[in-house]
Amino acid sequence: MDIELIRQILPFLAQASVLTIGLTVCSLAIGLVVAVTITIASFSRMRAARWAAAAYVSIMRGTPLLVQLFLVYFGGPQMGLELTPFLAGVVTMGFNIGAYMSEGMKGAVLAVDRGQNEASRSLGFGRFDTMRLFILPQAAPLMIRSLGVNTVILCKSTALVSTIGVVELTYSAQRFVTSTFKPFEVFACAGAAYLIIVAAISLIVHALERAVDHGRKAAL
Amino acid sequence: MNTQTPMIDVRQIRKAYGVHEVLKGIDLSVNKGKIVSIIGPSGSGKSTLLRSINMLEDVSSGEIWLDGKQVNRPLKGRQFENHINHIRQEMGMVFQQFNLFPHLTVLQNIMIGPIRLRKLNRAEALDRAQTLLSKVGLSDKGNAYPARLSGGQKQRVAIARALAMQPKVMLFDEATSALDPELVEEVNQVMKQLAAEHMTMLIVTHEMRFAAEVSDQVIFMDGGVVIEQGAPKDVLSNPVEERTRAFLRKHLSH
Ligand SMILES: Nc1ncnc2c1ncn2[C@@H]1O[C@H](COP(=O)(O)OP(=O)(O)O)[C@@H](O)[C@H]1O
Ligand SMILES: [Mg+2]
Repeated sequence: MDIELIRQILPFLAQASVLTIGLTVCSLAIGLVVAVTITIASFSRMRAARWAAAAYVSIMRGTPLLVQLFLVYFGGPQMGLELTPFLAGVVTMGFNIGAYMSEGMKGAVLAVDRGQNEASRSLGFGRFDTMRLFILPQAAPLMIRSLGVNTVILCKSTALVSTIGVVELTYSAQRFVTSTFKPFEVFACAGAAYLIIVAAISLIVHALERAVDHGRKAAL
Repeated sequence: MNTQTPMIDVRQIRKAYGVHEVLKGIDLSVNKGKIVSIIGPSGSGKSTLLRSINMLEDVSSGEIWLDGKQVNRPLKGRQFENHINHIRQEMGMVFQQFNLFPHLTVLQNIMIGPIRLRKLNRAEALDRAQTLLSKVGLSDKGNAYPARLSGGQKQRVAIARALAMQPKVMLFDEATSALDPELVEEVNQVMKQLAAEHMTMLIVTHEMRFAAEVSDQVIFMDGGVVIEQGAPKDVLSNPVEERTRAFLRKHLSH
């Protein structure tokens, strides 16, 4: 165990972690937009929209993220889509995690008792108001929990973009291994860094859960 | 004969789930201020009928009218949405499972419809909600969440919530079926009070005694058709049809 080495590389790994966090946050932003769109489509009255949403989710979940990443980054230019490694990474991961997140959102909405919808509609509320005033506030805690799980998965998936040359945590660690020949120390440090980021995400999710729980009880 | 427009007028409605026809041409009308009870075995289509009247289920054919306005107008998309949302404001519905909004307090449950749909201001809505709460005997529960209430209390709040929209009719789908026996009476009392105030009501119930007490007319349904209808003393005490007799025998022996 080379403690001195660990002390030396830590600041660099910390810096690389910033990029990992950046990748996570940007992908998450794209993922949320995708997830909301897919969720709305899957509850649409139009059959074609529901079908498209289901097809999208099947494709995204049925193929490896790494293949999707290579398709976009290496295959993109052939189709006139040239992206920087960072952009290719966040776009691919965003669209990928969006599919998983939409499943969580859909599940949370469907978990709300059917009677809630009927009570609201029988009072004369429209579909949109029903969703906004009654269904979503009740689905929110479950939704946030599943978003949290997916964000953790997303964060760890960012390691894949090391394969297309983004110098995030994993790639940065690999570089140290080549220069130091101490893979155990280096990857253990990288693992610890992921663990810290994931712990932070969990803390944020818990805080959000609590806030939503209070908020939904306060709102009329 | 009276020539007034019925408050609820159902003409030859049919409804099928797939190939299974659940309502096979139902006719029914309820005049203003009258109380009609529907009885019949489980699975006979009572709930489906009630839910069809405010189009929580759509029907395959037939017409549904509320106070001279057609409920199931052949409109499309947004137009139908707007139409049905307005029509539903005129029909209060009470469910077996209460369906209170668990994330809102009792007062909020009652006020949200009047505020958002009837465009009352908060003070007016609060005033109306408090009046209704005292009417159903729950003045002290306004700030409680539904989870804190007993079944009977929940159902009384649900009735108050429906009444807060000042509907033209009230539809009750086995309002007391999910309640412990000792809580049935408090809900029945509220319904009797509404009856005394001449609220127009269509009540699906399994309580024959209650039906006999409050109804102007009783309808016996079985297998998606109306078998027999008439004054409670006729249908309940002296039914003509064998199926009605069989049902009552079974039901009263329980
Ligand atoms: N959503 C549904 N899908 C398929 N069949 C249904 C549905 N709802 C009710 N049914 C069927 O319709 C029939 C009538 O049901 P219902 O109206 O609930 O009867 P009741 O209220 O008189 O007990 C039953 O046979 C029931 O199984
Ligand atoms: Mg029923």
